[in-house]
Amino acid sequence: MDNGSGSCLKCIDLTKIYGMGRTKTLAVDHVSLEIHNKEIVSIVGESGSGKTTLAKLLLGLTEPTEGEIYFLGKKRDISTHKKRLEYWKNIQAIFQDPYSSYNIFRKIDDVLLDCINMRDGKNISREEKVHMMSEACRFVNMKFEELTNKYPFELSGGQMQRLMIARVFLLKPKILIADEPTSMIDACSRATILDMLLKLNAEEGTTLIFITHDIGLAYYLSQTVYIMKKGRIVESGTAEEVILHPKEAYTKRLISDVPKIREEWDLSTVVYSTE
Amino acid sequence: MKHTLRQVFHSGKFVAGFCILVALLLLIAIYPLFVKGDPLAIIGQGTFFPPGTYVNTYDSIYAPNTYTLNLKDAAANRIAQRLPEKDREEMKTWLVAYGIPEEQIDVNDIKALLDIWFENYDPNESLGMIYAKQRYYQRLNDSIRNLLSIEGVILAEKNPETGELQEVGIVNQTDYVNINEVANVRVLPLGTDNFGRDVLTELVRATAVSLEIGLVAGVIATLIGLTLGLLAGYIGGWVDDFIMFITNLFTVIPSFVLLILISFSIGQEKRGAVTIAIVIGLTSWVWTTRAVRSQVMSLRNRDHVNLSKLSGHSIFYIITHDIFPYIASYVVMALILQISSAILAEASLSILGLGPRTTDVPTLGLMMNWAMIYQAHIMGRWWAYLPVIIMIALITFSMNLMNTGLDQVFNPTLRE
Ligand SMILES: Nc1ncnc2c1ncn2[C@@H]1O[C@H](COP(=O)(O)OP(=O)(O)OP(=O)(O)O)[C@@H](O)[C@H]1O
Ligand SMILES: [Mg+2]
Repeated sequence: MDNGSGSCLKCIDLTKIYGMGRTKTLAVDHVSLEIHNKEIVSIVGESGSGKTTLAKLLLGLTEPTEGEIYFLGKKRDISTHKKRLEYWKNIQAIFQDPYSSYNIFRKIDDVLLDCINMRDGKNISREEKVHMMSEACRFVNMKFEELTNKYPFELSGGQMQRLMIARVFLLKPKILIADEPTSMIDACSRATILDMLLKLNAEEGTTLIFITHDIGLAYYLSQTVYIMKKGRIVESGTAEEVILHPKEAYTKRLISDVPKIREEWDLSTVVYSTE
Repeated sequence: MKHTLRQVFHSGKFVAGFCILVALLLLIAIYPLFVKGDPLAIIGQGTFFPPGTYVNTYDSIYAPNTYTLNLKDAAANRIAQRLPEKDREEMKTWLVAYGIPEEQIDVNDIKALLDIWFENYDPNESLGMIYAKQRYYQRLNDSIRNLLSIEGVILAEKNPETGELQEVGIVNQTDYVNINEVANVRVLPLGTDNFGRDVLTELVRATAVSLEIGLVAGVIATLIGLTLGLLAGYIGGWVDDFIMFITNLFTVIPSFVLLILISFSIGQEKRGAVTIAIVIGLTSWVWTTRAVRSQVMSLRNRDHVNLSKLSGHSIFYIITHDIFPYIASYVVMALILQISSAILAEASLSILGLGPRTTDVPTLGLMMNWAMIYQAHIMGRWWAYLPVIIMIALITFSMNLMNTGLDQVFNPTLRE
């Protein structure tokens, strides 16, 4: 759809079963989807529908029970550490809960330096690194001088998610999977974060897979929407198709949960300060 | 990190345990500065000398000054010391058996009692008593012969040429020496043990050795448990299966039985303190492995670990930086428990006679072992075993206190 940029990430019949025997949970059930370059895709579903599990499968953080994943037209191969490293240079994530996303024993500098080391190798001068980190912080409206030598847990939830975006800015991956990045933070920071994700897509050309339980957000952000229920994709299509003319009762219910679906998001609430 | 340390020292229980332990360590460090010499040196000829101050008799006689003190109760004290009530009752028993009417004997009137005694006692009269009893009366008779005398004792020297005794002095009942002027005085606060060793000196050294054994065994057990637990918990799969198979084997065979078997097969001659420590360490890692494994399993799917993976870190880096720091406090607690249980394990082994060689080092367990072999507990020689029990209790108590304190700091749900 995005002037012929082609398939970026594709999965066929992806299935994940947790546990075995009586405690078996079918978290993701034969999911097939195709994501194109520079596209913004939303995956919408209620709690427990398997969104996070799907994200982890796409990221290669868990092994699928069944199914295949294609990356840039080729079958994904992450069998060795080196290949995984190469894959993760291209696909990154922002997790649901910022408070548990960081190692509490490592400083903010370490978090950002990891990204520079991963992308550009270690033979970069200290000044160059500081410059890159400052730039990344500026991208998310924060000041590196105020963050250096601090720990992530000293930040607010919104600031932590912005630091996550700064990571992604440094790594410049092809694909970013954002797993409900705003579900744990207040409404004010929410608009800021969403705006930054859009900026990442517009300026860096990052393909965005946006996972949410809020179908209104999906409508506001994305071109393509997948509706997920109990591990299955029950409906998919362009945002207008799915949300303005839903076929499934499940989708209708998701829509009725959100009161002001047609209203444009008020971007005047976007806060450009470092708090 | 600093913050946690401060919190740890705000926990009353931890501080209490820590203080006890530090006090013990100070005792171990400072005591040898004052009491020098080999803690295993055999100084007493005989077993179980009671606690007290031992004054050299020879040096007392030749003390530079003798002082005369006229103390009113000196004679009474002397009699009470040399002829306690128990012996007086025995004398009455003999006299009654000999045929003296019971009404005539008053055990509280010592003078009258002694008169009757010396009048009637005949060492050759057996009165149908067992031999040991007869010997007892003969000894008693000897020891009270001069009880009521007010004379002193004559000191005599043998003339080296003629072999005759020559009077050189007299020791009166009112003569005293100042203990500071006696050349050789030895305080044995806890007496001697069955070998004639100074119990206190031995106890201090034994505590140090037992702590060393505990530390070595605890560190070995914790290191093995930590490594296996980290690998099994983080890597999972067949590595986990394999490690859990071995762990289960060790769980099924109680580690103490294993400990006994290994100690036994090493043989008495080769068992040093370090060997025993290593054997204890090698048989007690199971619990740590299981605990660490389950902790790691709950950590490995956390988002911060996922983020670390996405940042390109290796398995080794993730285990050391993203998993280990989170369980470090837990490992410290496990280590403390391992140390105290290793000290108990050494004591139990030694009581069974499977501890380190006795000739090398004393340990708390060995001291208990010998006290038991020589039946100190039956003969009422409390100083040979009671201090050892108290010491073991103090060490484990202090460590468990520290552990509970740490638990409260690291596990907020346990706080009041
Ligand atoms: N590590 C796991 N082990 C076992 N079951 C799991 C595990 N992770 C998730 N599940 C189960 O898989 C199902 C899907 O979980 P998932 O976290 O993917 O849902 P979700 O759509 O992200 O929900 P939410 O909106 O609450 O985040 C749930 O039933 C959950 O209990
Ligand atoms: Mg989720």
